[in-house]
Amino acid sequence: MSLTESQIERYSRHIILKDVGGAGQQKILDSKVLIIGAGGLGAPAALYLAAAGVGTIGIVDADNVDLSNLQRQIIHFTPDVNQPKVESARQKMAELNPDVKVITYQTRVYSENISEMIKDYDFIIDGTDNFPTKFLINDACVLAGKPFSHGGILRFNGQTLTYSPGHACYRCIFPEPPPKGAVPTCSQAGILGAVAGMLGTIQAAEALRCIIGKGKLLTDRLLTFNALDMDFRTINIRKNPNCAICGANPSITELVDYEPPACDLKR
Amino acid sequence: MAEAFKKSLNLHGVACPLNFVKTKLALEELAAGELLEVILDEGDAMLNVPRSVKEEGHKIVKVTPEGETFKVLIEKGV
Repeated sequence: MSLTESQIERYSRHIILKDVGGAGQQKILDSKVLIIGAGGLGAPAALYLAAAGVGTIGIVDADNVDLSNLQRQIIHFTPDVNQPKVESARQKMAELNPDVKVITYQTRVYSENISEMIKDYDFIIDGTDNFPTKFLINDACVLAGKPFSHGGILRFNGQTLTYSPGHACYRCIFPEPPPKGAVPTCSQAGILGAVAGMLGTIQAAEALRCIIGKGKLLTDRLLTFNALDMDFRTINIRKNPNCAICGANPSITELVDYEPPACDLKR
Repeated sequence: MAEAFKKSLNLHGVACPLNFVKTKLALEELAAGELLEVILDEGDAMLNVPRSVKEEGHKIVKVTPEGETFKVLIEKGV
């Protein structure tokens, strides 16, 4: 172990924790996490993971910062409007913690590029805002045997589960994307900014606990909350033996792209 | 008379909680049953560090006053 004096001070509140200690902090420093989406979920996740000292953070997003993002995407500041989100996020993480190496991917994820992108990472965070990408991330992580955190938010609601090889995947409980237009997007339905922060922060905590190997992850459980009444529920879920991707006889053996929702096309 | 400690750490002048953090990191380097000697200031350091060390499952073997400081001998737990 080789924590420097300044690292001992920076991470002292982690090291004090019985379940982290110097050894756990070293695991965090040696870890690699990929965040897909530098938006409402990715912003708090990226900040907490950078603050925690995750050694390598990859961040994927094709978009530029928009003024309407700033209400919840707390890694981006007003002068960042019109700048690439991944660049804005990289700057903040670098300033927050020089221990962190940030790798930016200014692109969307597709069936052709996702496997290559996730292969070097220990944990993946789904911080995307559309069903086609959520299913793609699930399928790519299941096929590659990578743990990942699913997260979804709308209005005052959030839901999250963690996939770990051998446990229930997103497709076990949601076999297919909903029909186009059946579920409104955040831009249509609205989202309380703090709800994005709550859920993205839960995802960061999942990544960190997966890295240090302590506690019980949100595997085989779906956490949902409604922040209007501040109600939290965890629902036990089970691996579906007939799941199209992780079941005994999977019908999906290679990655497919679903059509993106119509409202995303205008970007 | 002196127990054979594996390592000694002078934490005189090191404030809480960094004194405990350094004690904890030093203990992580030892095997169960090995001894660590730390020198702690009277006051907050002596009030907090031995208590936190015990909460983590280690044993305070001996405390020797030395002027404004204390020599604390800790046995690493399993």
